Amino acid sequence: MMRCRSLLLSLLLTFGLSAGVAADELFMVRSDHAFPETMSTLQEVITRHGYTVSRVQRVDIGLTDSGFKTDMYRLVFFAKPAELRDLSQRYPHLIPYLPWPITIFAEGEETLLVTANPAELHALAHNDELKQLFQRWSVEYRAILEEVRKGE
Amino acid sequence: MRFVSFLLLALLALPLAAAPRGAELYAQNCAVCHGADGRGGVGVPLALPSFLSSVSDDYLIATIRHGRPGRVMPAFSQLRDAEVRAIVAHLRSWMPAGSTVVNLASGPVKGDAARGKTLFAERCAVCHGAHGEGGHGTGVTFSRPRDLPIIAPALNNPGFLASASDQMIKTTLMNGRDGTPMVSFLKQGLQERDIDDIVTYVRTFAKGPGWKPGNDDTPVLEMDSPYTFAETVEAVKRAAVGKNFRIIREQSLENGLFAETEETKETHIVYFCNFNFINQALALDPRVGLFMPCRITVVEREGQVKMMSINPKYLSRLFNNAELDKPCEEMYQVYMGIMEEASL
Repeated sequence: MMRCRSLLLSLLLTFGLSAGVAADELFMVRSDHAFPETMSTLQEVITRHGYTVSRVQRVDIGLTDSGFKTDMYRLVFFAKPAELRDLSQRYPHLIPYLPWPITIFAEGEETLLVTANPAELHALAHNDELKQLFQRWSVEYRAILEEVRKGE
Repeated sequence: MRFVSFLLLALLALPLAAAPRGAELYAQNCAVCHGADGRGGVGVPLALPSFLSSVSDDYLIATIRHGRPGRVMPAFSQLRDAEVRAIVAHLRSWMPAGSTVVNLASGPVKGDAARGKTLFAERCAVCHGAHGEGGHGTGVTFSRPRDLPIIAPALNNPGFLASASDQMIKTTLMNGRDGTPMVSFLKQGLQERDIDDIVTYVRTFAKGPGWKPGNDDTPVLEMDSPYTFAETVEAVKRAAVGKNFRIIREQSLENGLFAETEETKETHIVYFCNFNFINQALALDPRVGLFMPCRITVVEREGQVKMMSINPKYLSRLFNNAELDKPCEEMYQVYMGIMEEASL
């Protein structure tokens, strides 16, 4: 009887948990708000999640100055300062990937946001600590983009 | 026993209890490319009445499941069947009141592939490419004017060939698709037999080699420098300029995260850019700015100076876009070239 209960419970848990697991290589969302408003929301949400925006790269300005037509297109780099310092000391191979960027660009009156899913960059996470860290980042970055999508 | 029965019932009822909402699933999974209301954007428009009335639910379901390998549209294998059906139901809600889905015959189309090849070259290749590879690029912002609703789909794509029936391809050729550049080839003077030949030729694309994402497992490009930290920074800048890049910024890794006086100075990022190259890359895939502008970081650890960068070939696999293979290979060569030159 107990074995039967355990089996059914594990089936239920497996079914319930696996349903929510997605293996997206990129996280992408669309905000139905215009670029300036979405940019502002993104920076607020990043801060609310305990991160610091280190810099905004204005790709569109450079493109326009070089004579190319473009809508607004920027990269928002963010990190937790102490975490970045610690990781860059102990795991220098992560340096080229830090701080993490979110790409944000306008498509007419709406705005698209894209970032890589850290959990998919397997070759960067070569021990358990890094695997767990990349999983945590994956959950947090997805949550950040979802909040921006919902305009929260 | 009652507990077991309860759990069994709970297990069976789970799909119903978690009844998916198509609109929300669409917003989460599809809207980013196809637009909140299906008008298209990075992806093709879905809300076209002529499209929705000419494709079956099976085609839409198979498209969501298979995606389009190498053409941005991913395969949504993580969605449950009920969720995929809910998304399809949401797409159907965009059909004009009173319109119906065309009822296609199920049999294969038989024609002359050799004749079809000639007709394809004359009539289809101008939009769909000589080998059915589809139009280039994606995204409204960079690839095409906003009044052009669609980039010609890749007909040689295994995801398309696995999803579209012969009769669907035939019907599209015969009727065209209102609201897109796809015209009715019956109205253009072809006979039904000609169209059968084209369909038969399109099916031969399935024998092609297909596309697989690169398998470069090296996430970081790295090279030792024989010079001091400061000398290496200058050497990297010289080498980048020598390869027609503009130096657009320099900073420490910790810039913007700590007060300037507290930043550790053992990392120095050199940002460089070639806007012509960026513009071309963004036209192929507007998401690729994720790893731009170009940067090489000079790092000093215990007296050893290294140069480091991301590996574009490692990251390109994230994008499911075969057209990015070439620029990612070019960028790989650029990064390696700059680091080699800076360490000479």
